[in-house]
Amino acid sequence: MTLMINRRQALAVGAGAVVLAGGFSVPAFAKNDSAELIEKFTGGKKPADGKIKLDLPEIAENGNTVPMTVSVESPMTEQSYVQEVLIVTDENPRAGVATFHFTPQSGVAEANVRIRLAQTQNVVAIAKMNDGSLFTTSKQVKVTIGGCGG
Amino acid sequence: MQLAAATAAVLPFTGARGFAQQRLTQADLLKFEPVGNVTLLHITDIHGQLTPLYFREPSLNLGVGDARGQPPHITGKAFLQRYGIPEKSADAYALAFEDFEALAKTYGRIGGLDRAATVIKSVRAERGGDRVLLLDGGDTWQGSLGALQTKGQDMADCMKLLKPDAMTGHWEFTYGEARVKELIKSQDFAFLALNVRDNDWQEPVFEPYKMFERGGVKIAVLGQAFPYTPVANPRWMVPNWSFGIREDDVRANVEKVRKEGAQLVVLLSHNGFDVDRKLAARVPGIDVILTGHTHDALPEAVKVGNTLLIASGCHGKFVSRLDLDVQGGAVKGFRYKLIPLFADVIAPDAEMAAAVEKARAPFAAELKREVGRTDSLLYRRGNFAGTFDDLICAALLQERDAEIALSPGFRWGTSVLPGQAITMEDIHNATAITYPAVYRMTMSGERLKEVLEDVADNLFNPDPYYQQGGDMVRCGGLGYTIDIGKPAGQRISDMTTLKTGQAIDPKRDYTVAGWASVNEGTEGPPVWDLVEHYVAKQKTVRIQPGDSVKIRGA
Repeated sequence: MTLMINRRQALAVGAGAVVLAGGFSVPAFAKNDSAELIEKFTGGKKPADGKIKLDLPEIAENGNTVPMTVSVESPMTEQSYVQEVLIVTDENPRAGVATFHFTPQSGVAEANVRIRLAQTQNVVAIAKMNDGSLFTTSKQVKVTIGGCGG
Repeated sequence: MQLAAATAAVLPFTGARGFAQQRLTQADLLKFEPVGNVTLLHITDIHGQLTPLYFREPSLNLGVGDARGQPPHITGKAFLQRYGIPEKSADAYALAFEDFEALAKTYGRIGGLDRAATVIKSVRAERGGDRVLLLDGGDTWQGSLGALQTKGQDMADCMKLLKPDAMTGHWEFTYGEARVKELIKSQDFAFLALNVRDNDWQEPVFEPYKMFERGGVKIAVLGQAFPYTPVANPRWMVPNWSFGIREDDVRANVEKVRKEGAQLVVLLSHNGFDVDRKLAARVPGIDVILTGHTHDALPEAVKVGNTLLIASGCHGKFVSRLDLDVQGGAVKGFRYKLIPLFADVIAPDAEMAAAVEKARAPFAAELKREVGRTDSLLYRRGNFAGTFDDLICAALLQERDAEIALSPGFRWGTSVLPGQAITMEDIHNATAITYPAVYRMTMSGERLKEVLEDVADNLFNPDPYYQQGGDMVRCGGLGYTIDIGKPAGQRISDMTTLKTGQAIDPKRDYTVAGWASVNEGTEGPPVWDLVEHYVAKQKTVRIQPGDSVKIRGA
């Protein structure tokens, strides 16, 4: 059963165009560009809480490939649908993780990918609806050295 | 209807073991006025221990955030006062560390699967087996020489005789995926773990729950394995399985079983107590959480909303009995007793005693082989140090010629009393894991601090969902100050080389020996060999609790 659900989720991702950001080519010392990316995505408008959900583990089993599902509670009709979802991190050398583009034909605003987290940090998701309204959520994911559990 | 918990018979300290035993009887320990229509029996974190043992409860078990000062984060006299347990009583000996050495001589060893069998059979007989569920919270198949040598077979064979209805797991997984599946197939009960999925398709690996009918009540038991197995233990041993707390999955499964008609919902959990306390507050519809992993023994249930949390201790010291009156899909009343298995008081069950002897027979000579003696109490539990770990660290420093030793903050491991021999069984009880290699490597002072900060956050992150449930990594040759109230990365300061009293230099490389690395391909001799060599050379060890860790913010 779950297998089928996940394939459907994968198809949902396929239906939208996914832009995944590249690797860590920028040195990790400066504060990353998350504020700029968010500013550009929102046009300076403050997103509201709610509607959008990030499914991420509290502690990553492997920081190099962290399973992430983002979903937005919304109808997907011509009148009302989720247009884009931006995913950024606040401590990766480059903040951008992915931008998911949806259309009413996507059927459901949900995407399921693996992301790379260089260290313990917050992952931020912002959804843009077709009417321009914005919704956000975030979750901290701990990336540990590992070991020593009881 | 909240009924007062009936605790074990309370005894004055007499100083004479025979007298104490005379006054405490099996009938006292089993005494229980039944309530309602269902009985849950819970045993957890046995850690491979088939026979009675000494186990000193922690002297320090600090809670942070909402858990600060709350059970199970109280120890010693404060614990006894909180639960109205007289000092030096049998309960005090079983549940707290105060006067442990003296009380151990009075009240003797605790536990043993043959004693557990007696209690379980007695409850089933008294209550009627059709009203009783026996649930094993996991960490059952690992923690001793025999369990390691047989890859859990000795434990599985003996546990089978107890006829549990379900179990979940943690250290079981360190035998690898194939072995876990093989052992599960050999058992007659369900292995439940709703939070384990395969990496590729996120499909469930184990049954998430099982429905039972007991006392006319439809009961759903959901299983939750240790969420951070691939983080706290080697990822490479379970490469295809993904864990996690998966709160949404817990919620979904609770809703599902309620829809399927469950009148009583039980979560058999290896989350750790604080994680379960948070979970209980966030996920509605769970009547009982049988907690595990953090090895807490609480003589009363902790109530969070409508959920009862039960903490049944570890190493087979206790069997929990929870009677429930379930009417119309709700718990109307309960009575709870944490039954301490005083080995000199409870008669061993003959069938189990024979099975245990058979299981131990192949290793009998090695188990009892004396390596040296101890003049002081050896124990492990405590947030920052234990004398058994001090012994291990001393062995690592000397046998691997290192400046600094790191030893994992495991919470399992038995105690050895002053004047006793240290046997190979004792050494294995503190070290028997499937990744025992003692590495020797250089680490910068900066890296050492990162390691300490990382483990400290696993213990003291104020959000329990970010905790892993072990204790702090034990250090040999290294002292430090920890402020547990500070945020991640800022808790550790004043790192000092104990030998010279010099501050740790972040830029300098130090020679470090340690064991239980989660990295694949770690090379070095098994830790039990080093401890054996060290103890044999010392002949008699004497270790007093050190003060190399200064604690703030507690």
